[in-house]
Amino acid sequence: MEIVLAIAIGVLTGSGVYLLLRPRTFQVIMGLTLISYAVNLFIFSMGRLKVDSEPVLVEGFKATLANTADPMPQALVLTAIVIGFAMTALFLVVMLASRGLSGTDHVDGEEREAVE
Amino acid sequence: MNDVFHLLDRFLEFSMPHLVAVPILVPMLTAALMLLMNENHRRTKSFLSVVSGLVGLLAALALLRWVNAADTGGGPGSIGVYLPGNWRAPFGITLVADRLSTMMVALTGVVAFAASIYSTSRWDRAGVHFHPLLQLQLMGLNGAFLTGDLFNLFVFFEVMLAASYGLLLHGSGRLRVRAGLHYIAINLAASSLFLIGAAILYGVTGTLNMADLGARIAELAPGDRGLVHAAAAILATAFFAKAGAWPLNFWLVPAYSAAVSPVGAVFALLTKLGVYTVLRLWTVLFAPDTGASAAFGQAALVGVGLATLFVGAIGIVGTQRLSNLAGFSVLVSAGTLLAAVGLGDPAVWAGALYYMLSSTLAVAAFFLLIDMIERWRNAGMSVAPHEAAGNAPFLAEDLRALDDVNLDDDAQALYGRAIPAGVAFLGLSFMLCTLLLAGLPPLSGFVGKFAMLSGLLDGRAVASAGWTFLGLLIVSGFLSLIALSRTGIRHFWTQPHATMPSLPALEVLPVAALLAACVALTVWAEPVMQHAQATAGGLRTPTAYREAVLGAKQKPNPVPAKKEEAKP
Repeated sequence: MEIVLAIAIGVLTGSGVYLLLRPRTFQVIMGLTLISYAVNLFIFSMGRLKVDSEPVLVEGFKATLANTADPMPQALVLTAIVIGFAMTALFLVVMLASRGLSGTDHVDGEEREAVE
Repeated sequence: MNDVFHLLDRFLEFSMPHLVAVPILVPMLTAALMLLMNENHRRTKSFLSVVSGLVGLLAALALLRWVNAADTGGGPGSIGVYLPGNWRAPFGITLVADRLSTMMVALTGVVAFAASIYSTSRWDRAGVHFHPLLQLQLMGLNGAFLTGDLFNLFVFFEVMLAASYGLLLHGSGRLRVRAGLHYIAINLAASSLFLIGAAILYGVTGTLNMADLGARIAELAPGDRGLVHAAAAILATAFFAKAGAWPLNFWLVPAYSAAVSPVGAVFALLTKLGVYTVLRLWTVLFAPDTGASAAFGQAALVGVGLATLFVGAIGIVGTQRLSNLAGFSVLVSAGTLLAAVGLGDPAVWAGALYYMLSSTLAVAAFFLLIDMIERWRNAGMSVAPHEAAGNAPFLAEDLRALDDVNLDDDAQALYGRAIPAGVAFLGLSFMLCTLLLAGLPPLSGFVGKFAMLSGLLDGRAVASAGWTFLGLLIVSGFLSLIALSRTGIRHFWTQPHATMPSLPALEVLPVAALLAACVALTVWAEPVMQHAQATAGGLRTPTAYREAVLGAKQKPNPVPAKKEEAKP
């Protein structure tokens, strides 16, 4: 399970960074979204990966992390998802404004002359 | 007089620790109230904004008094801890008001108050929702300064950033949208790094409370230290991007010069937030008692600071546009502060904290002043007609005509009475800003730099980093002086002007107040410096901070009367 999650986070981050460095605004926003997915998975994994443990405190269980899943990273991930979602939406609006004002989807608002 | 102070102290004592939450709650509630009104109530919104700024400033000054006064809390240096959820410290969220945070909150209060007054004259009409965004920005800044919890710091960072995106785009136009796009992309990426760093720290130490983190890191197994160091480096990258440290600062100058001037003045605080966070986390996480982790990454911090200072100093001589000059001044001051923090000597820190107050006020005043100068010189344009026609020699690339900079949608008559002797005011203020930014005597910029250097030279043997810092600080001051006087000569002495500037009092007063604050810093340098020295001493040994946060008492739950009787 660890290796699958690690590879997933790595692939998401790698693709995200690649897209972030591309010159089109749509690619940048997709890159940022992929990175935020990777970050969310990463925060989640920082509470240690567990299978079949109780998500909340239950009667009869001793309330230690050995018996239950760590609720803290779950709360953090929830906050991070909400904030990331809002920021992406805002970025999308600015992106559309830039497209409307400059007439191009280049991140600098103007096309480079082709060199090749 | 003493009776008044005594009464004030009693009142402060009574209102603590709830007073700690006031600088966060007041702007939040004001913004919420403003959002209920539509854009026709501009006057009301301006009024609310100024009142909220005043209340926030008074609360910050009261906190500053509480922290330093002899008969409040635990005497001078007492630390106010507020538990918003009434959970004990490592588990719940904490707000901590110590000397450093209260000083930063007070600085924020002064700059934001001046900027909000300035904006009511003209700029708040360049777009919608200026005042609510400014209030949310204030809330985010104050929250980030006061929080004692790493994840809460992230949340307040995001509040502050979200508001700053809106403020940067205020006035719209192609230039601002382009700068805004870059600014948002950089900050979203930096926020991801922040989350990664915070998550690793939680994964290794099992806590996010800053005071608790320091104590846990001290007891860490050697095998886990590498992870903590990696997390700290990732976090630092996020804060460097915020503080404008080279090489993460290419967005800064275009963004700051594209923003409308009151926003630029408030943005001068944002880089200081980055510096504050670096100082706070570095001293708490890697305190001298954390064993092998003590002062981790010091060389990198100094190196980044010196590189930023160098780049800022080169940039400031390379530009001729006033707003770019202000942007590079922000870089110079950020570089100076980061390097001074990295040198790790409390005597240098004390000078740096004083310098931070002085340079932030000066840059904020400069941003506001630029707006007035450019409007007068160029009839509302960022470039004078004779320069746009290509008649002026030696024009830099960044002086090309920019048609879409001034976008206040209604070019209506200024309200407020215009002050006499406008040119004299502009010229004198520009000269004061030059003295402050270049660090020349007799003003506070000089005192700050002098305090840093004397702290550096008084200490133990000065290392090569210290000598480089000394050299760069002096050279950067000299280059700022050249750049600013050159621009001043071009704007004030070259051409006779047919028209006198008409300066509304609402715009003159904030600039005058900010500059007066710098003069006051110079005149009362001794008490301010004492505060700065005490702050630096407290940062060096964060045991008091840890004890105050971790020992904060919960409020007891209200107990029904019957049960109380039943108890023995």
